[in-house]
Amino acid sequence: MITKFQVAYKNLQRKRTRSLLTLVGIALSAWVLVSLLGFNQGYEKALNQDIDNMGFELMIMAKGCPYEAATLMLKGGTGLKYIGESIMEDIAKEPEVDKAFPMLMSAVFDPNKGQSGGIAGYFGVDAKSFSELKPSLKFRQGKWFTSTDTYEAVMGYEAAELEQREVGDMILMPEKNVEFKVVGILERTGTQDDGTIFVPLKTLQKIFNRPNELTTIGIKLKKGVDSARFEEKLYKLPDVQVVSLAQVKDTIMKLISTAKVMVLSIASIAILIAMVGVINTILMSVHERFQEIGILKTIGAMPWDIFKLIWIETLILCAIGGILGIGLALILSKVTGILIRYVMPYAPSGGLVLIDLRLVLVTMAAILCIGLLSGLYPAWKAGRIRPLEAIRSEVAR
Amino acid sequence: MNQNNISIEAVNLTKVYSRGSEKIRAVNDVSLRINRGDFISIIGPSGSGKTTLINLLGFLDNPTSGELRLGERAIFNHGKHLSERELTKIRREIYGYIFQNFYLIPTLTVMENVMLPLTFYMKPGTEDEAVKLLKLLGMEHRKDHLPGQISGGEMQRVAIARAMVNRPEILLADEPTGNLDTKRSGEIVEVLKGLNRSVGLTIIMVTHNPELARCAARMFEMRDGQISEIDRKSP
Repeated sequence: MITKFQVAYKNLQRKRTRSLLTLVGIALSAWVLVSLLGFNQGYEKALNQDIDNMGFELMIMAKGCPYEAATLMLKGGTGLKYIGESIMEDIAKEPEVDKAFPMLMSAVFDPNKGQSGGIAGYFGVDAKSFSELKPSLKFRQGKWFTSTDTYEAVMGYEAAELEQREVGDMILMPEKNVEFKVVGILERTGTQDDGTIFVPLKTLQKIFNRPNELTTIGIKLKKGVDSARFEEKLYKLPDVQVVSLAQVKDTIMKLISTAKVMVLSIASIAILIAMVGVINTILMSVHERFQEIGILKTIGAMPWDIFKLIWIETLILCAIGGILGIGLALILSKVTGILIRYVMPYAPSGGLVLIDLRLVLVTMAAILCIGLLSGLYPAWKAGRIRPLEAIRSEVAR
Repeated sequence: MNQNNISIEAVNLTKVYSRGSEKIRAVNDVSLRINRGDFISIIGPSGSGKTTLINLLGFLDNPTSGELRLGERAIFNHGKHLSERELTKIRREIYGYIFQNFYLIPTLTVMENVMLPLTFYMKPGTEDEAVKLLKLLGMEHRKDHLPGQISGGEMQRVAIARAMVNRPEILLADEPTGNLDTKRSGEIVEVLKGLNRSVGLTIIMVTHNPELARCAARMFEMRDGQISEIDRKSP
């Protein structure tokens, strides 16, 4: 006994090139769709992870543009405005605050960085509070500096690799001509910490002539505290800008949402084109087999049998195309992530395209639904062919 | 004549086609009685209406007027006819069809082509019919071949097996040897004669080859839409 599935599958092999091209169209659409949906959930997860890795919920800095503040926080750029260290003490006294962390970010031009020089970022921190803030940081070599005013440095993984430094080596801060002794090298984190050089807070304040000044204060709240309400309270402090991580996340998501809408539109067009391709392929196949379908009806096929036969062909094409496209998206997810990172104004660290089982199943279901829709018209048309028309067309030959 | 013995009966069957303002009577007032187990051939020149008649007798087309009965059941009765669904049910139950161009599915093997009708409808007890038929028609050794790998005569044998797989009562053959040489044509007609004799199959064959037509037990001639039986006993 031969099944309708076997008949449909073997028929698709009749015009191999045409079936293959249709498959490629579906596979490419599936690839775009699954990569895009994977990006949608991957980007958000990576962003959340980046924000979680920061170890605090609120950040205080001198008044300025909130986008600049967000970039400063996430990319480790230089803040040109400063706040007084005394604010730290006021904040630490608040009952909602679990911990507060002072930070001073500075940058110098390093002529030896890259081909034509570049900015080297220095991060002045208090070793004790900073290690509490980021317990996930692990040392590849060495440990944190011993006090807040020594000329010691802890290098991020990439910074150490770039400078080719080991614990015990000296590094020179360009422009300021100050030397630091490397006392620790961090393991890779996948965040901006990898490219940062951490030095004691007091030392950095002294070098840049910013005594008792900070660029940022990170605030970790006690459990159960309403961060929005506390944020309002912080605005009573003079000349400060409060940035909540939720706010930062929201801002970035809004920034990329326009790009996402555009890409989604392009993906929808790609799917539409693939759908038209499927309809065209199956319609051509029905047209070419006009007589054959008529003969199938004379040998006992009901209109519904023919409808099913043609529908199965469409489903086979979409199922194979979908599987190929999803496979392609899985294999190339890293490459897609790199491409997206290249074109996005800000991309968090970690994998940008996250394809999980749920996404695979949802995409597959969507492609099969599209396949069923695409097959409706050709299948209906084939089901309506009358045996006599087929025989007459034979006579016409 | 015993009514139960009648397979198909046509009374004043007429089919009129319109070509622009012109009316063409392709089948004109044909009355015909075909008994169970008959092997009849219909000959005639091109355009004489023989294909139209076989389509009417096979319920593939509706007559303009007249009556057509299958046994005691009226299929067409002066403009009244069964629904397409009902006709399809009767067709797959009663008829087997073979055509000049074979219409085998090129991607299916010989065996799969023969079994194809069973995908849509299977009479009880026909599970092993495909194997038996291929053996009977001398095509068993070709069962795994694709249609493109066998000769025209063999393809028509496969088409006959496909038409026979659901054990039809009537086999309609429209120019079954039209694409075959004389030797292969003779072989195919011998196959049809064998089936007529061995299983009592009613066969209606349309051909324009008088020599092949003479192999049938009864011969009819179509001319200008009208039919007449040729008396075989006359010199």
